[in-house]
Amino acid sequence: MIEKHRVLSLLKKEPLLRSLQQGKRIDGRTFDQYRPISLERHVIKSAEGSAQVRLGDTTVLVGAKPKKMPPFPDAPDEGGLIVGAELRPLASPTFEPGPPDENAIELARIVDRGLRESKCLDFRELCIEAGKEVWVIYVDIHVLDHGGNLVDAAMLASIAALLDIKGPEDPAWKKDFSLKYKPVSVTIAKLGNCLLADPSLEEEEAMDSRITFCVREDGVISAVQKGGSGYFESEEILRAEEMAFTCAEKLRRLLG
Amino acid sequence: MEKKLLIEGRRLDGRSPDQLRPVKLKAGVLKRADGSAYIEQGNNKILVAVYGPQELHPRHLQQPDMAVLRCMYNMAPFSVEERKKPGPDRRSVEISKVVREALESVLFLNLYPRSVIDIYIEVLQADAGTRVAGITAASVALADAGIPIRDLVAGVSVGKVDGTLVLDLNAEEDQYGEADMPVAMTGRDKRITLLQMDGHMTREEFRQALQLAMKGCQQLYELQKEALREKYSSTPKEVTG
Repeated sequence: MIEKHRVLSLLKKEPLLRSLQQGKRIDGRTFDQYRPISLERHVIKSAEGSAQVRLGDTTVLVGAKPKKMPPFPDAPDEGGLIVGAELRPLASPTFEPGPPDENAIELARIVDRGLRESKCLDFRELCIEAGKEVWVIYVDIHVLDHGGNLVDAAMLASIAALLDIKGPEDPAWKKDFSLKYKPVSVTIAKLGNCLLADPSLEEEEAMDSRITFCVREDGVISAVQKGGSGYFESEEILRAEEMAFTCAEKLRRLLG
Repeated sequence: MEKKLLIEGRRLDGRSPDQLRPVKLKAGVLKRADGSAYIEQGNNKILVAVYGPQELHPRHLQQPDMAVLRCMYNMAPFSVEERKKPGPDRRSVEISKVVREALESVLFLNLYPRSVIDIYIEVLQADAGTRVAGITAASVALADAGIPIRDLVAGVSVGKVDGTLVLDLNAEEDQYGEADMPVAMTGRDKRITLLQMDGHMTREEFRQALQLAMKGCQQLYELQKEALREKYSSTPKEVTG
């Protein structure tokens, strides 16, 4: 199955590149244009916070659940954040059942760093009693349909799910829970010598490499990740970074 | 928690902000592996072995038109202060992936259909920047294995401590610093094959950090060539540890 997909993507690469040489993406988008995005909040009743993002053909559902736990010994007065991702087999013929593979782990860890390093959560505010009990927020990413660019969809759904958190019904939960920042991620794929924002599945399968920037509204970069087996010239990295900031502005507007 | 990491322009280990830690790099240190290398960078001690290209088993994993590159980054349980549970964890799975992707583009995988090339990175003692030091050594090990490569890949991390960008973070700077950005690039063509960052950097800092990393990688590239020359331009010496 996976083999078949690799052959298909090799065959599709040629027309894709040819179209790019004429300045066009195969689906008619401009190079820095995202696919249509929709964001739905509070879609799961059993989660304190949840959000579903549709980005073109991609659908990602994220649930956020705070849980009381003893703190880590090295941070007795700080709560925590644990991000997990599952690439369920229903979402793509290339996903296999079983424990998270390297793609799922990488996805979760990019989103984790994007959230954590942005300092959007004040972990001290999640402390209930120092050394005894803190809130740990679990962010679970469930990919439902893989149409490319899972990172940006997952990041957007994760931050929306955190913003959506109401409760739990527990006197220890601070009612004024809020986020300090709204970080978003922008992923740019490199195909030949073209840089494309928000790669679709077809573009992803044909790309040389990709780079993701997680950025805050005040212009701070909180995480970067290059992926894929190709490379970037340093000039391309800087160009991608420019694109990322332009796109981030637009994405953040969806969060209200 | 406030700890000064930079005093009068000097780092706690005496380095200037743009200075690498002392590096010792050696090619061909293992008997059984097809290629190997050993690197010490600061207090990092990392061994890399390369096996292959050889037939890939099980056969359903074989690719009919190219070799498969596999990479396994592993930390010894005693390599860090708090004993690390043996075996892969989420961090090492991700690092293995990005390291593989950092090396893939310099190999000619299409020359070896149905084969596999394995790279094993063993961190014996960790002092920050292990993934990038592992890449620097892995390139040398690939060359030592006689596997054709387009270029050598060298890696270094750039961080931010007390608001200043510094090259080649050590463990203390990594723990208390404000950002960590591992970068790997090819020596001759300066192509960036690995780039990660976490922490906070302004856009201007990100640009400067990239420049600083490129400078560090260039120095490491020279050391890589030196290590290979040392092994191959004279009569082979008996190698210990």
